[in-house]
Amino acid sequence: MIPAPFDHITPRTLDEAIRALASHGEEAKLLAGGHSLLPMMKLRLARPKLLVDLSRIAELSGIEAERDRIFIGALTTHYRIESSELLKEKCPLLPQTARVIGDVQVRNRGTVGGSLAHADPAADMPAAMLAVGAELLARGPEGERWLKAEDFFLGLMTTALGPSEILTKIRVPVLSGHHGTAYLKVPQKASGFAIVGVAVWLRVERQLCTEIGVGVTGLDAKPFRARRVEERMKGTNLAQSLVQAASSQVTQGVSPLDDIHASAEFRAHLARVYTARAIQEAAKRAGV
Amino acid sequence: MPQKRVSLRINGRDYTHEVEPRLLLVHYLRDMIGLTGTHIGCETSICGACTVMLNGEAIKSCTVLTVQADGGEVLTIEGLGRAEELHPLQEGFWECHGLQCGYCTPGMILAAYQLLLRHPDPTEEEIRRGLDGNLCRCTGYQHIVDAVQYAARKMRESK
Ligand SMILES: Cc1cc2nc3c(=O)[nH]c(=O)nc-3n(C[C@H](O)[C@H](O)[C@H](O)COP(=O)(O)OP(=O)(O)OC[C@H]3O[C@@H](n4cnc5c(N)ncnc54)[C@H](O)[C@@H]3O)c2cc1C
Ligand code: FES
Ligand code: FES
Repeated sequence: MIPAPFDHITPRTLDEAIRALASHGEEAKLLAGGHSLLPMMKLRLARPKLLVDLSRIAELSGIEAERDRIFIGALTTHYRIESSELLKEKCPLLPQTARVIGDVQVRNRGTVGGSLAHADPAADMPAAMLAVGAELLARGPEGERWLKAEDFFLGLMTTALGPSEILTKIRVPVLSGHHGTAYLKVPQKASGFAIVGVAVWLRVERQLCTEIGVGVTGLDAKPFRARRVEERMKGTNLAQSLVQAASSQVTQGVSPLDDIHASAEFRAHLARVYTARAIQEAAKRAGV
Repeated sequence: MPQKRVSLRINGRDYTHEVEPRLLLVHYLRDMIGLTGTHIGCETSICGACTVMLNGEAIKSCTVLTVQADGGEVLTIEGLGRAEELHPLQEGFWECHGLQCGYCTPGMILAAYQLLLRHPDPTEEEIRRGLDGNLCRCTGYQHIVDAVQYAARKMRESK
């Protein structure tokens, strides 16, 4: 399987890449790890005339802590996130999520920015980014802007990025205090993509849940933050019956996907069960 | 479409070619360099038969463009050992019956090579996780796990 012909450039700076996007319009596509784009091009679901390869732009890779925030370059691979000691200590939800993406070879190539920008409804990383309240830095011809993860995902493979904008960086909080995190998913057997995936981080003070973030992927056409579940958990002691009741709210106001991997009804059931399990696992890790 | 000049070091030798941007790395290795030890199974990044090392990391070469590998270093099964001096992993697959038809074997061995770089003393679970991206239709995997354990032991002992 061979993609349709295209040209390929490797800009050395972001400005050069943005200029190439702006001047070629619809015909150009950014290339990061290529593990979503190349499969689509082989199937001719995408036929860009020009690939703007980001891999030689050094400033797009790396993980750095700055006071109570961690900055992750968009081109950082899933493997770098999975194996980052800094993230394991300060924002463990991200390595926990990265380690269950695809397989080793996919994690060696696929990037966090590519995953978020591609916005596959079954991708794992969006759930974790929503749960921790990540912010995404977009850069385009008009300059830079920060977007909240919650405002970034608009629908099926659709994000708030403009046609000539590049996602350059992701900013996540250092998780402080007494906290626990968990990412649990039901993988589709062949690819590993999430049929349903739930990411949770929560903070516990004096045995009460003071803060919680719940990100859900796979269930709806776009990943979302389960605010109703969070509201019901906050201030509680995370007792099992309360977790069950709160998790049953995860399907409120969403239209579950229905496809060959799972019916809408089954997906909704999985979402309720996995939300409860992810909260319980995070609570256990927080010492509750 | 314009051709692009690429330079790669493959199994320790330098190569420069003009290629079409859409040329997949696996086709470059097999058809232009003649290294047919790297197999093509699914062509859709699922089976792992095309696994090679690129700059020290295992990748599926059916899902990497040759132009993406420009300037890089590639290791294929041909560069791992020689017939008269097998790499411990090749020896392990031989000794433990880690292959039957052999179709998956080059990719399986390079994925295992990646695993041992990162985990010189892997548990069985780590081996199974490390080979998650490689399918074998013959062996049932148990002998492959044994082969990787054999190689890990041998490589640790020879250090
Ligand atoms: C066999 C297989 C199994 C997989 N399993 C999983 C899984 O279990 N879970 C999962 O979540 N994912 C899975 N993936 C997808 C994988 O994680 C991809 O690597 C990822 O979704 C896309 O990242 P990429 O760097 O490869 O992006 P690319 O394929 O290079 O790009 C994807 C899209 O995003 C755009 N883009 C890329 N970078 C940027 C940027 N910085 N700014 C703006 N736009 C950008 C591109 O133009 C393109 O449209 C799997 C992939 C394969 C091949
Ligand atoms: S041929 Fe590349 S993964 Fe199957
Ligand atoms: S030995 Fe035949 S596919 Fe693995």
